[in-house]
Amino acid sequence: MCQNCGCNAMNNIVDVNSLTQKIEINQRILTKNDRLALQNRHFFKSQGLLVINLLSSPGSGKTALIERMQIEIEQGLQEYSDRFKIGVIVGDLATDNDAQRLQSRKIPAVQITTGNACHLEANMVRKAAQKLDLDSFNLLIIENVGNLVCPAAYDLGEDLRIVLLSVTEGEDKPLKYPTMFKSAQIVIINKIDLAEAVDFERDKAIANIPKIAPQAQIFEVSAKTGQGIKSLLTYLNCCKISSPSITSSSSS
Amino acid sequence: MHEVSMMQNTLDLAIAQAKQNNATKVELLTMNIGELSGVIPEALEFAFEVLTQGTIAENAQLEIKSIPVVCYCQKCDRDFQPEADIFACPQCQQISSNVISGRELELASVVVSS
Repeated sequence: MCQNCGCNAMNNIVDVNSLTQKIEINQRILTKNDRLALQNRHFFKSQGLLVINLLSSPGSGKTALIERMQIEIEQGLQEYSDRFKIGVIVGDLATDNDAQRLQSRKIPAVQITTGNACHLEANMVRKAAQKLDLDSFNLLIIENVGNLVCPAAYDLGEDLRIVLLSVTEGEDKPLKYPTMFKSAQIVIINKIDLAEAVDFERDKAIANIPKIAPQAQIFEVSAKTGQGIKSLLTYLNCCKISSPSITSSSSS
Repeated sequence: MHEVSMMQNTLDLAIAQAKQNNATKVELLTMNIGELSGVIPEALEFAFEVLTQGTIAENAQLEIKSIPVVCYCQKCDRDFQPEADIFACPQCQQISSNVISGRELELASVVVSS
């Protein structure tokens, strides 16, 4: 019966409510990225690559760290030079300065310029990887856009997430950016050669990391002097040998 | 500002579902956003307003359900909701990295009409 006048002309009445329906979706917003990341992970594994997603604020020394790792690998460390050959995918909003820097050290490197995007996504990494000769190295470092917020949500298909902070940024960085640090397997404190000059309180910094990221291995390094790089390489070598399992690092 | 691209993904999903169901209008989107997702609800709302313009979701409502962080303490064999960014078990004070929920970034449902 019609609700307006009680007539029987139901067919003429448009009942908005009856045409409204709820559709349950329950799908992750980043499903597409997650799927591509998983494909990347399988692909990189089939290529025998150990893949690192390297994250930090702008200017913490991501590129400098990679350069120093390369130097340490080349300089006399026979044990490492056989085992590590680095390749890099580097993301920035603009310029290919970082890729050029790395290439000048004879590191195979490809630059992703994201335009205005604040993070790398799995499809960008996949495309960039196609530009590299993946047979020429075994450690792929993805140097993410300098940002401690947005990249945390995007799985790229990496085996390990390394979050880098430098002594000039303060001891409480992990407390300020918990989401990013909670996703790290390794936390590196860089620029320790400057610690004294900037009154860096080491103990406080070291204590803050496990409060936020109890799972993370901590390394203190200087990309400038090379201090601490050997320990890092030794640890990465163990990771390589133990052949990380194929799991997602962003969804758990 | 990754909220903009996330909202675009969300709208793409919602509009595709609406069209599959022969709907002509999206009335309501419901999202589950974990407190540990790294996404700011206000930024999602702003992106939503801008990105829905000129689509079948224009003037739709956006409902964001905030999902609290829940951790598991292995020592006590229990789940707990941490009170701060340091995920210390309230019983034994041990810090947990085992996050059971709070990372959600989901489109839960849409209400559509035709």
